[in-house]
Amino acid sequence: MTMGTTSSAKARSSKPGWLAGVIQAGPIVLGYIPIGLTFGVLAQKAGISTLNTLLMSLLVYAGSSQLIAVGLFASGAPALSLILTTFVVNVRHVLLSAALSPYLKGWRKREIAAFAYELTDESFAVHSARFASGAPSKAEVLATNATAQVAWIFGTWLGIVVGQSITDVKPLALDYVLPAMFIALLVLQINDRVQVGVALATGALSVVLLLTGVGQWNVIVATLVGATVGVIFETWTKQPSS
Amino acid sequence: MDQTAIFLTILGMMLVTYIPRLVPVWMLSSKSLPQPVVAWLRYVPVAVLAAMLFPALVVQDNQVDVGLSNLFLLAAFPTLLVAWKTKSLFGSVIVGAVVVAVARYVLGV
Repeated sequence: MTMGTTSSAKARSSKPGWLAGVIQAGPIVLGYIPIGLTFGVLAQKAGISTLNTLLMSLLVYAGSSQLIAVGLFASGAPALSLILTTFVVNVRHVLLSAALSPYLKGWRKREIAAFAYELTDESFAVHSARFASGAPSKAEVLATNATAQVAWIFGTWLGIVVGQSITDVKPLALDYVLPAMFIALLVLQINDRVQVGVALATGALSVVLLLTGVGQWNVIVATLVGATVGVIFETWTKQPSS
Repeated sequence: MDQTAIFLTILGMMLVTYIPRLVPVWMLSSKSLPQPVVAWLRYVPVAVLAAMLFPALVVQDNQVDVGLSNLFLLAAFPTLLVAWKTKSLFGSVIVGAVVVAVARYVLGV
Protein backbone atom coordinates (compact mmCIF):
# COMPACT_ATOMS: atom_id res chain seq x y z
CA MET A 1 0.00 0.00 0.00
CA THR A 2 2.91 2.29 -0.55
CA MET A 3 1.17 4.44 -3.13
CA GLY A 4 -1.34 5.75 -0.63
CA THR A 5 1.18 5.98 2.16
CA THR A 6 3.93 7.73 0.28
CA SER A 7 1.91 10.04 -1.89
CA SER A 8 -0.65 11.07 0.68
CA ALA A 9 1.92 11.32 3.48
CA LYS A 10 4.01 13.50 1.23
CA ALA A 11 0.92 15.43 0.26
CA ARG A 12 -0.07 15.92 3.86
CA SER A 13 3.30 17.25 4.85
CA SER A 14 3.67 19.69 1.98
CA LYS A 15 0.16 20.85 1.16
CA PRO A 16 -3.25 21.17 2.79
CA GLY A 17 -5.50 18.13 2.93
CA TRP A 18 -8.12 19.42 0.55
CA LEU A 19 -5.49 20.02 -2.13
CA ALA A 20 -4.22 16.46 -1.79
CA GLY A 21 -7.83 15.33 -2.19
CA VAL A 22 -8.26 17.38 -5.34
CA ILE A 23 -5.06 15.98 -6.83
CA GLN A 24 -6.06 12.40 -6.05
CA ALA A 25 -9.24 12.92 -8.03
CA GLY A 26 -7.11 13.56 -11.12
CA PRO A 27 -7.73 10.26 -12.92
CA ILE A 28 -11.44 10.47 -12.09
CA VAL A 29 -11.58 13.93 -13.63
CA LEU A 30 -9.92 12.68 -16.83
CA GLY A 31 -12.39 9.84 -17.00
CA TYR A 32 -15.53 11.76 -16.06
CA ILE A 33 -15.24 14.72 -18.41
CA PRO A 34 -15.59 12.67 -21.63
CA ILE A 35 -18.41 10.53 -20.21
CA GLY A 36 -20.20 13.60 -18.84
CA LEU A 37 -19.78 15.18 -22.25
CA THR A 38 -21.35 12.16 -23.93
CA PHE A 39 -24.24 12.38 -21.50
CA GLY A 40 -24.69 16.09 -22.19
CA VAL A 41 -24.77 15.52 -25.94
CA LEU A 42 -27.26 12.65 -25.74
CA ALA A 43 -29.52 14.45 -23.26
CA GLN A 44 -29.77 17.46 -25.57
CA LYS A 45 -30.57 15.19 -28.49
CA ALA A 46 -33.26 13.47 -26.45
CA GLY A 47 -34.99 16.80 -25.86
CA ILE A 48 -34.11 17.26 -22.20
CA SER A 49 -33.71 20.95 -21.36
CA THR A 50 -30.31 22.37 -20.47
CA LEU A 51 -31.44 22.99 -16.92
CA ASN A 52 -32.78 19.47 -16.43
CA THR A 53 -29.65 17.98 -17.98
CA LEU A 54 -27.43 19.86 -15.55
CA LEU A 55 -29.77 19.08 -12.65
CA MET A 56 -29.51 15.39 -13.41
CA SER A 57 -25.73 15.56 -13.09
CA LEU A 58 -26.07 17.63 -9.93
CA LEU A 59 -28.84 15.66 -8.21
CA VAL A 60 -28.55 12.09 -9.46
CA TYR A 61 -24.81 11.99 -10.23
CA ALA A 62 -24.59 8.41 -11.41
CA GLY A 63 -23.13 7.94 -14.85
CA SER A 64 -24.53 4.71 -16.18
CA SER A 65 -28.04 5.33 -14.86
CA GLN A 66 -28.07 8.85 -16.32
CA LEU A 67 -27.13 7.50 -19.74
CA ILE A 68 -29.79 4.79 -19.49
CA ALA A 69 -32.34 7.37 -18.36
CA VAL A 70 -31.68 9.52 -21.43
CA GLY A 71 -32.56 6.58 -23.65
CA LEU A 72 -35.71 5.90 -21.64
CA PHE A 73 -36.77 9.56 -21.70
CA ALA A 74 -36.28 9.59 -25.47
CA SER A 75 -38.41 6.48 -25.87
CA GLY A 76 -41.17 7.99 -23.74
CA ALA A 77 -40.94 5.42 -20.96
CA PRO A 78 -43.12 6.12 -17.91
CA ALA A 79 -41.51 7.91 -14.96
CA LEU A 80 -41.96 4.94 -12.66
CA SER A 81 -40.04 2.58 -14.90
CA LEU A 82 -37.26 5.16 -15.19
CA ILE A 83 -37.01 5.48 -11.42
CA LEU A 84 -37.14 1.73 -10.92
CA THR A 85 -34.40 1.17 -13.50
CA THR A 86 -32.28 3.82 -11.81
CA PHE A 87 -32.71 2.03 -8.50
CA VAL A 88 -31.72 -1.33 -9.93
CA VAL A 89 -28.64 0.16 -11.59
CA ASN A 90 -27.55 2.03 -8.46
CA VAL A 91 -28.46 -0.34 -5.65
CA ARG A 92 -24.91 -1.76 -5.75
CA HIS A 93 -23.87 1.38 -3.88
CA VAL A 94 -25.10 -0.26 -0.65
CA LEU A 95 -22.01 -2.45 -0.80
CA LEU A 96 -19.66 0.47 -1.37
CA SER A 97 -21.33 2.45 1.39
CA ALA A 98 -21.21 -0.45 3.84
CA ALA A 99 -17.57 -1.25 3.05
CA LEU A 100 -16.45 2.31 3.84
CA SER A 101 -18.56 2.64 6.99
CA PRO A 102 -15.86 1.38 9.44
CA TYR A 103 -13.59 4.21 8.28
CA LEU A 104 -16.13 6.93 8.93
CA LYS A 105 -16.41 6.41 12.67
CA GLY A 106 -16.47 9.72 14.44
CA TRP A 107 -17.74 11.66 11.43
CA ARG A 108 -20.74 13.88 12.07
CA LYS A 109 -24.02 12.79 10.53
CA ARG A 110 -24.13 15.72 8.15
CA GLU A 111 -20.57 15.01 7.03
CA ILE A 112 -21.57 11.42 6.37
CA ALA A 113 -24.62 12.64 4.45
CA ALA A 114 -22.41 14.88 2.30
CA PHE A 115 -19.90 12.09 1.75
CA ALA A 116 -22.55 9.56 0.73
CA TYR A 117 -24.13 11.98 -1.73
CA GLU A 118 -21.01 11.90 -3.89
CA LEU A 119 -20.11 8.24 -3.44
CA THR A 120 -19.52 6.73 -6.87
CA ASP A 121 -17.73 3.60 -8.07
CA GLU A 122 -14.69 5.68 -8.87
CA SER A 123 -14.57 7.77 -5.71
CA PHE A 124 -15.09 4.53 -3.77
CA ALA A 125 -12.08 2.99 -5.50
CA VAL A 126 -9.88 5.93 -4.54
CA HIS A 127 -11.24 6.12 -0.98
CA SER A 128 -10.95 2.43 -0.18
CA ALA A 129 -7.30 2.42 -1.29
CA ARG A 130 -6.59 5.54 0.73
CA PHE A 131 -8.45 4.50 3.88
CA ALA A 132 -6.65 1.16 3.82
CA SER A 133 -3.31 2.93 3.90
CA GLY A 134 -3.98 5.43 6.65
CA ALA A 135 -6.44 7.95 7.95
CA PRO A 136 -6.94 10.76 5.45
CA SER A 137 -8.48 13.99 6.75
CA LYS A 138 -12.15 14.71 6.13
CA ALA A 139 -11.14 17.66 3.99
CA GLU A 140 -9.04 15.40 1.79
CA VAL A 141 -11.81 12.82 1.38
CA LEU A 142 -14.55 15.36 0.69
CA ALA A 143 -12.33 17.31 -1.71
CA THR A 144 -11.84 14.20 -3.84
CA ASN A 145 -15.61 13.75 -3.98
CA ALA A 146 -16.34 17.38 -4.79
CA THR A 147 -13.67 17.54 -7.49
CA ALA A 148 -15.06 14.42 -9.16
CA GLN A 149 -18.61 15.79 -9.22
CA VAL A 150 -17.49 19.17 -10.48
CA ALA A 151 -15.72 17.36 -13.34
CA TRP A 152 -18.89 15.40 -14.05
CA ILE A 153 -21.03 18.54 -14.17
CA PHE A 154 -18.39 20.37 -16.20
CA GLY A 155 -18.31 17.50 -18.71
CA THR A 156 -22.11 17.58 -18.92
CA TRP A 157 -22.05 21.31 -19.54
CA LEU A 158 -19.35 20.89 -22.17
CA GLY A 159 -21.51 18.35 -23.96
CA ILE A 160 -24.45 20.75 -23.95
CA VAL A 161 -22.39 23.66 -25.20
CA VAL A 162 -20.08 22.12 -27.76
CA GLY A 163 -22.34 19.29 -28.84
CA GLN A 164 -20.97 16.30 -30.62
CA SER A 165 -18.08 17.99 -32.38
CA ILE A 166 -15.59 16.60 -29.85
CA THR A 167 -17.20 13.35 -28.77
CA ASP A 168 -14.47 11.21 -30.24
CA VAL A 169 -12.15 10.61 -27.30
CA LYS A 170 -10.64 7.46 -28.75
CA PRO A 171 -7.40 8.97 -30.12
CA LEU A 172 -6.55 10.17 -26.60
CA ALA A 173 -7.65 6.85 -25.07
CA LEU A 174 -9.55 8.77 -22.40
CA ASP A 175 -12.03 5.90 -22.45
CA TYR A 176 -9.29 3.77 -20.90
CA VAL A 177 -8.55 6.10 -17.99
CA LEU A 178 -11.21 4.68 -15.67
CA PRO A 179 -10.54 1.00 -16.45
CA ALA A 180 -6.81 1.65 -15.92
CA MET A 181 -7.57 3.40 -12.65
CA PHE A 182 -9.62 0.42 -11.49
CA ILE A 183 -6.78 -1.94 -12.39
CA ALA A 184 -4.28 0.13 -10.42
CA LEU A 185 -6.53 0.61 -7.39
CA LEU A 186 -7.37 -3.09 -7.36
CA VAL A 187 -3.69 -4.02 -7.45
CA LEU A 188 -2.91 -1.50 -4.72
CA GLN A 189 -5.45 -3.10 -2.40
CA ILE A 190 -4.33 -6.66 -2.81
CA ASN A 191 -2.03 -7.72 0.01
CA ASP A 192 -2.24 -11.48 0.11
CA ARG A 193 -3.09 -14.58 -1.88
CA VAL A 194 -6.62 -14.89 -0.57
CA GLN A 195 -7.35 -11.45 -1.99
CA VAL A 196 -5.84 -12.39 -5.34
CA GLY A 197 -8.16 -15.41 -5.39
CA VAL A 198 -11.15 -13.31 -4.37
CA ALA A 199 -10.43 -10.77 -7.13
CA LEU A 200 -10.03 -13.38 -9.85
CA ALA A 201 -13.03 -15.46 -8.76
CA THR A 202 -15.31 -12.47 -8.27
CA GLY A 203 -14.32 -10.89 -11.57
CA ALA A 204 -14.87 -14.13 -13.46
CA LEU A 205 -18.20 -14.73 -11.75
CA SER A 206 -19.29 -11.19 -12.58
CA VAL A 207 -18.54 -11.79 -16.27
CA VAL A 208 -20.41 -15.11 -16.28
CA LEU A 209 -23.42 -13.59 -14.52
CA LEU A 210 -23.49 -10.66 -16.89
CA LEU A 211 -23.52 -12.94 -19.92
CA THR A 212 -26.12 -15.28 -18.48
CA GLY A 213 -28.58 -12.47 -18.29
CA VAL A 214 -28.78 -11.26 -14.71
CA GLY A 215 -28.21 -7.81 -16.12
CA GLN A 216 -27.24 -5.15 -13.62
CA TRP A 217 -27.21 -7.57 -10.70
CA ASN A 218 -23.93 -9.19 -11.73
CA VAL A 219 -21.78 -6.83 -9.65
CA ILE A 220 -23.82 -7.25 -6.47
CA VAL A 221 -24.23 -11.03 -6.67
CA ALA A 222 -20.59 -11.60 -7.60
CA THR A 223 -19.40 -9.35 -4.77
CA LEU A 224 -21.61 -11.02 -2.15
CA VAL A 225 -20.33 -14.44 -3.22
CA GLY A 226 -16.70 -13.33 -3.62
CA ALA A 227 -16.40 -11.61 -0.25
CA THR A 228 -18.09 -14.53 1.49
CA VAL A 229 -15.76 -17.04 -0.15
CA GLY A 230 -12.85 -14.84 0.93
CA VAL A 231 -13.89 -14.85 4.58
CA ILE A 232 -14.53 -18.60 4.56
CA PHE A 233 -11.18 -19.24 2.96
CA GLU A 234 -9.44 -16.95 5.41
CA THR A 235 -11.02 -18.79 8.33
CA TRP A 236 -10.11 -22.19 6.94
CA THR A 237 -6.51 -21.39 6.23
CA LYS A 238 -6.17 -19.32 9.40
CA GLN A 239 -4.16 -16.94 7.33
CA PRO A 240 -3.90 -13.69 9.21
CA SER A 241 -5.73 -10.98 7.32
CA SER A 242 -3.85 -7.81 6.65
CA MET B 1 -41.17 16.81 -23.84
CA ASP B 2 -42.70 18.10 -20.63
CA GLN B 3 -39.75 19.46 -18.69
CA THR B 4 -41.65 19.56 -15.39
CA ALA B 5 -42.38 15.85 -15.65
CA ILE B 6 -38.71 15.26 -16.42
CA PHE B 7 -37.70 17.28 -13.40
CA LEU B 8 -40.00 15.31 -11.11
CA THR B 9 -38.61 12.07 -12.52
CA ILE B 10 -35.09 13.35 -11.82
CA LEU B 11 -36.09 13.95 -8.19
CA GLY B 12 -37.30 10.36 -7.98
CA MET B 13 -34.05 9.16 -9.54
CA MET B 14 -32.11 11.21 -7.01
CA LEU B 15 -33.99 9.62 -4.13
CA VAL B 16 -33.46 6.02 -5.25
CA THR B 17 -29.79 6.74 -5.92
CA TYR B 18 -29.06 8.57 -2.68
CA ILE B 19 -30.74 6.06 -0.36
CA PRO B 20 -28.47 3.11 -1.23
CA ARG B 21 -25.46 5.41 -0.98
CA LEU B 22 -26.45 6.83 2.39
CA VAL B 23 -28.25 4.23 4.49
CA PRO B 24 -25.46 1.66 5.07
CA VAL B 25 -22.77 4.18 6.01
CA TRP B 26 -25.28 6.24 8.02
CA MET B 27 -26.40 3.20 10.07
CA LEU B 28 -23.13 1.31 10.35
CA SER B 29 -20.50 4.01 10.90
CA SER B 30 -21.58 4.62 14.50
CA LYS B 31 -21.74 0.94 15.41
CA SER B 32 -19.09 -1.55 16.44
CA LEU B 33 -19.65 -4.37 14.02
CA PRO B 34 -19.10 -8.03 14.92
CA GLN B 35 -15.71 -9.35 13.85
CA PRO B 36 -17.00 -11.65 11.08
CA VAL B 37 -18.87 -8.73 9.50
CA VAL B 38 -15.77 -6.55 9.62
CA ALA B 39 -13.74 -9.37 8.06
CA TRP B 40 -16.37 -9.73 5.34
CA LEU B 41 -16.50 -6.00 4.65
CA ARG B 42 -12.73 -6.00 4.23
CA TYR B 43 -13.11 -8.25 1.19
CA VAL B 44 -15.79 -6.09 -0.39
CA PRO B 45 -13.49 -3.49 -2.01
CA VAL B 46 -11.34 -6.06 -3.79
CA ALA B 47 -14.40 -8.10 -4.78
CA VAL B 48 -16.50 -5.20 -6.01
CA LEU B 49 -13.65 -3.56 -7.93
CA ALA B 50 -12.94 -6.86 -9.69
CA ALA B 51 -16.66 -7.38 -10.34
CA MET B 52 -16.89 -4.00 -12.05
CA LEU B 53 -13.52 -4.17 -13.82
CA PHE B 54 -13.51 -7.63 -15.42
CA PRO B 55 -16.61 -7.12 -17.59
CA ALA B 56 -15.16 -3.78 -18.77
CA LEU B 57 -12.03 -5.60 -19.91
CA VAL B 58 -13.31 -8.82 -21.44
CA VAL B 59 -16.92 -8.29 -22.48
CA GLN B 60 -17.57 -6.59 -25.80
CA ASP B 61 -20.95 -6.59 -27.52
CA ASN B 62 -22.30 -9.02 -24.95
CA GLN B 63 -19.61 -11.58 -25.69
CA VAL B 64 -16.35 -12.56 -24.05
CA ASP B 65 -13.45 -11.32 -26.14
CA VAL B 66 -10.04 -12.45 -24.94
CA GLY B 67 -8.43 -12.20 -28.35
CA LEU B 68 -5.46 -10.09 -29.38
CA SER B 69 -7.78 -7.50 -30.90
CA ASN B 70 -9.09 -6.61 -27.45
CA LEU B 71 -6.93 -3.57 -26.66
CA PHE B 72 -8.52 -2.99 -23.26
CA LEU B 73 -7.48 -6.45 -22.14
CA LEU B 74 -4.00 -6.26 -23.68
CA ALA B 75 -3.31 -2.88 -22.10
CA ALA B 76 -4.39 -4.29 -18.73
CA PHE B 77 -1.13 -6.25 -18.46
CA PRO B 78 1.34 -3.34 -18.66
CA THR B 79 -1.03 -1.29 -16.48
CA LEU B 80 -1.11 -4.06 -13.89
CA LEU B 81 2.65 -4.48 -14.01
CA VAL B 82 3.27 -0.77 -13.48
CA ALA B 83 0.74 -0.64 -10.64
CA TRP B 84 2.34 -3.65 -8.96
CA LYS B 85 5.94 -2.49 -9.36
CA THR B 86 5.59 1.25 -8.79
CA LYS B 87 2.44 1.45 -6.64
CA SER B 88 1.72 4.64 -8.55
CA LEU B 89 -1.90 5.33 -9.49
CA PHE B 90 -1.05 8.11 -11.93
CA GLY B 91 1.82 6.19 -13.51
CA SER B 92 -0.43 3.19 -14.11
CA VAL B 93 -3.23 5.25 -15.61
CA ILE B 94 -0.83 7.09 -17.92
CA VAL B 95 0.85 3.86 -19.08
CA GLY B 96 -2.53 2.22 -19.72
CA ALA B 97 -3.93 5.14 -21.70
CA VAL B 98 -0.71 5.61 -23.70
CA VAL B 99 -0.60 1.91 -24.60
CA VAL B 100 -4.19 2.04 -25.85
CA ALA B 101 -3.65 5.32 -27.72
CA VAL B 102 -0.46 4.09 -29.41
CA ALA B 103 -1.99 0.73 -30.28
CA ARG B 104 -4.99 2.46 -31.85
CA TYR B 105 -2.69 4.79 -33.80
CA VAL B 106 -0.51 1.93 -35.05
CA LEU B 107 -3.44 -0.33 -35.87
CA GLY B 108 -5.48 2.51 -37.26
CA VAL B 109 -8.58 1.72 -35.22
